[in-house]
Amino acid sequence: MSSRRSRSRQSGGSRPITDDQINDLVSKLQQLLPEIRERRSDKVSAATVLQETCNYIRSLHREVDDLSERLSGLLESSDTAQAAIIRNLLMQ
Amino acid sequence: MTPKGVSLNPNSRKTKFARRFIFALSRMRNPIPVSSSIEEEVRTRSHKIKIAAYLSMARAVGSRRAWSRALLFKLRTRARRHNMIIRRRSFRLKKKRIIKNDPQGEPSQTKKLRQLVPGGKTMDMCSLLEETAHYMTCLATQVKVMQTIADHFAK
Repeated sequence: MSSRRSRSRQSGGSRPITDDQINDLVSKLQQLLPEIRERRSDKVSAATVLQETCNYIRSLHREVDDLSERLSGLLESSDTAQAAIIRNLLMQ
Repeated sequence: MTPKGVSLNPNSRKTKFARRFIFALSRMRNPIPVSSSIEEEVRTRSHKIKIAAYLSMARAVGSRRAWSRALLFKLRTRARRHNMIIRRRSFRLKKKRIIKNDPQGEPSQTKKLRQLVPGGKTMDMCSLLEETAHYMTCLATQVKVMQTIADHFAK
């Protein structure tokens, strides 16, 4: 069993990081990714999962940017009292 | 009355985020236009909205997660620096920090991932993967809530 030397022991407890743990976490990530989940293939390599993760996070960042622009335009044209209305709705 | 598309668990991360974010939006009043062009103004406001979104999500998560702590730290430092510059009008040189990861046989995509996840540069592999998973779900929630709000405004 190969154990990797971890540089920073932030996650309390001095456990060596095993390959199995890494594979576990990678497969957990795989479940979260929208595209790979549909493929349902066990042969997806860790590298692919990481690559897809990077792409997914980048696309989410882009969506946040687009939505911020959209909201900025909408905020100007509409009354900000509407925002207070939404807030009240959510607070019920 | 339940707005469609929004689940109303009062303690859920989604609700906490939505509440903070909407509050931040409602505080953005129309200032007296400082800059000359309209596009500039729209751009700075969209930047403010983006920062408010990330800030609201990081606050909703709290200090339980390494990525939210790192993000809060980064945003606060940036805000502080921004205020200093405006007050003192001093020119600060941006020092580019060179982060060297000692290569331990990590796949090359790990480096990109570390740049994308807040605080990822100093995490070990296990923590990085865990934090990435949590960060991804929070980002997806953030996007969904922002979309709902934008759709509501657009009606």
